[in-house]
Amino acid sequence: MPSESEDVTVAIVVNGEPTTNTVEARTLLVHYLREVVGLTGTNIGCDTTSCGACTVLLDGESVKSCTVLAAQADGHEVTTIEGLARGDTFHPMQEAFREHHGLQCGYCTPGMVMAAVSLAQERGSLTEAEVRIGLEGNLCRCTGYHNIVKAVVAGSAAMNAEASK
Amino acid sequence: MIPAKFSYTRADSADDAIALLARHGDDAKLLAGGHSLLPLMKLRLATPAVLVDIGSLRDLSYIRDAGDHVAIGGLTRHHDVEHSDVLGEHVPLLREAAGHVGDPQVRHRGTLAGSLAHGDPASDLPAVVLALGGTIVARGPGGERTIAASEFFQGFLETALAPDELITEVRIRKTDGAGWAFEKFNRRAQDWAIVGVAAIAGDDPGVALVNMGSTPVRAVTVEQRIRAGASAAEAAEAADNGTDPPSDLNATPEFRRHLARVLTRRALTRAMQGAAQ
Repeated sequence: MPSESEDVTVAIVVNGEPTTNTVEARTLLVHYLREVVGLTGTNIGCDTTSCGACTVLLDGESVKSCTVLAAQADGHEVTTIEGLARGDTFHPMQEAFREHHGLQCGYCTPGMVMAAVSLAQERGSLTEAEVRIGLEGNLCRCTGYHNIVKAVVAGSAAMNAEASK
Repeated sequence: MIPAKFSYTRADSADDAIALLARHGDDAKLLAGGHSLLPLMKLRLATPAVLVDIGSLRDLSYIRDAGDHVAIGGLTRHHDVEHSDVLGEHVPLLREAAGHVGDPQVRHRGTLAGSLAHGDPASDLPAVVLALGGTIVARGPGGERTIAASEFFQGFLETALAPDELITEVRIRKTDGAGWAFEKFNRRAQDWAIVGVAAIAGDDPGVALVNMGSTPVRAVTVEQRIRAGASAAEAAEAADNGTDPPSDLNATPEFRRHLARVLTRRALTRAMQGAAQ
């Protein structure tokens, strides 16, 4: 039978790099990423599973890292906003947000981009309607969403084109 | 917000999880996707001393055609239900409703069985499983037993599940050919329903309501009227019979009763038009 402990040792691959740390069992994944690994691109917004600012990919799928324990990610792979670009080249979704000015203050942007990448990986090229429904878990208080939607439509098409090369 | 301290342990099998629950009794909670439990723990509304993580029991994640019913494993996520071809063919109401739970990120983590075990009357899927006359398979130290959905939800966040039991499977009878509809009224896309209605038409109609009492509520009078040949509008007039809707900042009980009647009429109208949605 496994042991029980208030501390757990987790091995999580973050952006392709193995990390191993002993943390309190109650450590949330978002705190692990920000405070233990030191990657502060993932933001904490509402802290109640509503706003989506803390969205990261867990084994390639979008999750809200304020509602996942680091212990639950043990043995799994996490991708954060810092892990998308290849060197100096933006990921197609990041490029689309830049091109279409899909942000104002930028606070929701990392979560928006990660949610959009997951959506596009699942469904391919997205229509405006699919984006509006598919981003229901991400809130933006600046833009009114129009440029974000344009960016995700374009970004999903670019990801699809890249994948089919 | 950070949960209170707890001891964490990971179960390697369903029996292992049951043994851990038996050892810790009421102090322990199962953790599957964690999307009902962890928010409560962050608010310190739940402070279990021990969490038994069953998230790695992947053999309990499946959706199978089992002849007259579809069998859904206890660790099956909303995302998998929402995209299941088997359910699309045989229980389209459940597949459709699963896509209304939370948002994509929530559906990547949350599980059907977890939603049922949590027993929140404002959640979509307990009412859907009730309308479909589903069966919950629970395993405990003494073996497995089956619980009808109609017996399962006993009070606010209270179910027939014993503290040392684990849901291993949810069984839903096939509804091939029967019309169905799911109606959910809320103000923001990802919110819980202010009121919701799950309806299945056909020879064995089922209608159940979300957020109209301390448990998901089966609209028994509506079902009786449908069986007696009533129209959708006539049957829906009885939708709030026997309900005790809550009051909160979104709606008064009176408004909820109104919503229940209107949404039930809409749901029945679509469901009684046939399987085509």
